[in-house]
Amino acid sequence: MKVLLRNPRREIDVPGPIRVHALIARLELNRESVLVIRGDALVPGDALLADDDVVEVRPVISGGAR
Amino acid sequence: MKCRVCRGPAVIDLPRHNANFCPEHFLAFTRRQVVRAIEDFEMIAPGDRVLVAVSGGKDSLALWDLLLEHGYAADGLHLGLGIGDYSDQSTRCARAFADDRGATLLEIDLRADRGFDVPTAAAATGRPPCSACGLSKRHLFDEAARDGGYDVVATGHNLDDEAAVLFGNTLTWNTEYLGRQVPALPARHGFARKVKPLVRLTERETAAWCVLRRIDYQVEECPLAAGNRHLGYKEVLNTLEARSPGTKAAFYLGFLDRAVARFRSDIASDSDGGLQTCNRCGSATTNETCAFCSVVERARAHQPVPVSAPRRRR
Repeated sequence: MKVLLRNPRREIDVPGPIRVHALIARLELNRESVLVIRGDALVPGDALLADDDVVEVRPVISGGAR
Repeated sequence: MKCRVCRGPAVIDLPRHNANFCPEHFLAFTRRQVVRAIEDFEMIAPGDRVLVAVSGGKDSLALWDLLLEHGYAADGLHLGLGIGDYSDQSTRCARAFADDRGATLLEIDLRADRGFDVPTAAAATGRPPCSACGLSKRHLFDEAARDGGYDVVATGHNLDDEAAVLFGNTLTWNTEYLGRQVPALPARHGFARKVKPLVRLTERETAAWCVLRRIDYQVEECPLAAGNRHLGYKEVLNTLEARSPGTKAAFYLGFLDRAVARFRSDIASDSDGGLQTCNRCGSATTNETCAFCSVVERARAHQPVPVSAPRRRR
């Protein structure tokens, strides 16, 4: 599947099927620090992603002054 | 994975609440958290005029959305910080949100309206960019609230932000800052009340609110904030959270419930005695010229500098 990552923006291929939490672990990310979005829908940790899916792994951590 | 409330398909899992939610019930959960924060800390009174600090990121737009949804008289104020494409995109998101809802968005462009920008202020003063940025925001939001007759300035600080600040203040035992770290600061010295209605929500939850509400927000990280200490604290806390869900909420909300009062006596005197009027802008300050006006003066005299990632001391 195509996986869009941010900061910096890039796209990688990951073989499916794979569950969301396994994808996050494979990318060595913390589940608290990302959302996974397929199309325009959020997908929860136990969702199964297919090999032909396109997903975005969106970071949610902001830094700096507010 | 099923929604805890309706048993329909869940779209998000919240380990800290041992719960999964469908879109409808996640949005309801989020609203409850914000209402509870506003009520528990008496943030906004009926009839108050609220000025929302709108960066164009997920937290500020989620906050503005929630306040408007609840019927508050909430206008936005956006600052153009002059941080290249990042600022341009942030401004586009803030404007698009306001246009969609017919909401009032006030804007200040630092370069056009004040003669400086954040990268130049940082270079001219030797301050870290986040310090120059935060100082500018605090001053200009206070000023706009005062000039516009707003009762409250609302910011999008969330549970992760507050837990990270608390972590940093605890590591250094900065007891004065600990005593001041409350989500609602009363109006004083001509400044409006300052409130943080999102303190019961994590960043993941505010981002999910925006995705579900189809709010187009600035997703990219500020290029000047990369690698700062605050982000490092968040990473540490999220590592703990992943191992033990609920850690961040227990740390911060437990601090508010059981510890913050113990540090009140360490707060330097709030009396008007030590304050005077800034000889440039008229704001209350402890010096002849306030910190913001000092920075502006030096930044205006400096050649504008391009955006570049900051060098970090390790």
